[in-house]
Amino acid sequence: MSAESATSAIEARNLTRRFGSFVAVDHITFDIRAGEVFGFLGANGAGKTTAIKMLIGLLPPTEGEAHVAGFDVRTQRLEVRRNIGYMSQRFSLYPDLTVRENIRLYGGIYGLTDSEIRERSSSLLERLGLSGSAGDLVARLPLGWKQKLAFSVALLHEPKIVFLDEPTGGVDPITRRQFWEMIYAATARGTTVLVTTHYMDEAEYCGRLSIMVEGRIAALGSPEELKRQFGAASVDDVFVQLARTTSEPGTAA
Amino acid sequence: MTNVIEVHELTKRFGSVTALDGVSFDVAPGEVFGLVGPDGAGKTTLFRILTSLLLPDGGQATVLGCNVVKDHWAIRARVGYMPGSFSLYPDLSVAENLEFFAAVFGTTVKEGYELIAPVYRQLEPFRDRRADALSGGMKQKLALSCALVHRPELLFLDEPTTGVDAVSRREFWDHLAVLKSSGLPILVSTPYMDEALRCDRIALIHDGRLLGVDTPAAIGKRFTRPLVRIAGSDRYGMLCALREHEHTASVNLFGDSLHYTDSRPDLSGDEIARDVTSFLDGRGFSDARVEPIEPGIEDSFMSLMASEAA
Repeated sequence: MSAESATSAIEARNLTRRFGSFVAVDHITFDIRAGEVFGFLGANGAGKTTAIKMLIGLLPPTEGEAHVAGFDVRTQRLEVRRNIGYMSQRFSLYPDLTVRENIRLYGGIYGLTDSEIRERSSSLLERLGLSGSAGDLVARLPLGWKQKLAFSVALLHEPKIVFLDEPTGGVDPITRRQFWEMIYAATARGTTVLVTTHYMDEAEYCGRLSIMVEGRIAALGSPEELKRQFGAASVDDVFVQLARTTSEPGTAA
Repeated sequence: MTNVIEVHELTKRFGSVTALDGVSFDVAPGEVFGLVGPDGAGKTTLFRILTSLLLPDGGQATVLGCNVVKDHWAIRARVGYMPGSFSLYPDLSVAENLEFFAAVFGTTVKEGYELIAPVYRQLEPFRDRRADALSGGMKQKLALSCALVHRPELLFLDEPTTGVDAVSRREFWDHLAVLKSSGLPILVSTPYMDEALRCDRIALIHDGRLLGVDTPAAIGKRFTRPLVRIAGSDRYGMLCALREHEHTASVNLFGDSLHYTDSRPDLSGDEIARDVTSFLDGRGFSDARVEPIEPGIEDSFMSLMASEAA
């Protein structure tokens, strides 16, 4: 491993994925530094989800390579998964299990011991102010609490990197900000965060971001750098300049 | 002219949950009216009652002059409804979906074509593709076309842009502007505050209650405290520091900056800006830039939410 990679949480080199003749991810190269909040932006169909699936070891790359927490996503998939957390807006927790059962289940999946699970459950519940609701079904929690709980559960095994796929969709503006403060608190403890969002004000919260267009990384830098580079007042404007009038995926060939 | 929607003290309960709690508002002819609020606020329940798919527990509502309880058949034929979840037949092609919806309403795609053309034209190259193979943005355009094909007198759009990227969202609102110019009134819901600016009037909805009904500009003006914007390199550091400042009333992340209000009632925006600058400088944030600004809709929403909770 090179000296540089020791401080990189994620390294992707010419990472590529084809589906038949369609190139979903087209030779993307980037590094994410340890402790960074990295925004992974792009229009629907630009290739974000495919790229994330490769980074978490769910989909083998067609070409190129990537290391996550120092492990090869192609050959060390188990090690990759032990070192990452994942949370998606669509699915994270089991609604028919209680809050405490969900924590237990995920703790078990991530290989924590019973005493670790007990210890971390109580501190997690206390931090979230959910101690009184530990026996409630997750289905009955308000959406904002569910999202905050899902994020905490994704951090339960103290992963080096956490992937957040549209974590704040549909959440009220106060809870959205509380969620981002949790993200910042996690990075202050050294966790690296890769986050996707359709809220452009949240893109401004990221340390650096990439914008994917048709499978390629069309721009990468801090929000300030990108705004300067594109002569734009906001990341929203940068995004619109880059992503406007892209074609329907799958029609090019 | 009479209002196209009139809602008076509408209430709906599901078991112990009050989904709508005495909601009242009107939508005027030709108006784009936005229901702005998070998931679980009651937006979908309200749409279902207004489209006659759900009975209210209390209050009254009329749509195009028809009572939502007694005249449900009349309402269903005259309104277009795009529900929040994907509502098309995944195994049918783009063209087949559109023909199906036209047939259900006893019309043809040809008769409705003029109204749907600006949206549908972008879909026509994919007319033979199965609906479930479309991208999110294209599904949304097809769903809108299907809601319009019978030339409704009023359009209901329940979170049409949720999960859709920022560019597609803008394009979608450009389409709505074209529809509005044809005189079609639209009731649309969204969790995105920036979309509220594209509505003639909005209602902020949270926990089944309306926190305010007005034009977007007037909603912003309901925020009466002096507000300052704080920019600087270490926003999270400044946020944590200001949480410990004895005069902080509120401090929140806001895009590339922070928004701050002060607890002292008599200070002007400029005085607050000077005070915050020296506080942050004392904490080592020497590059902090602080200036008074005009509040926006999101500032108002958050302050109204906080005062509801209090």
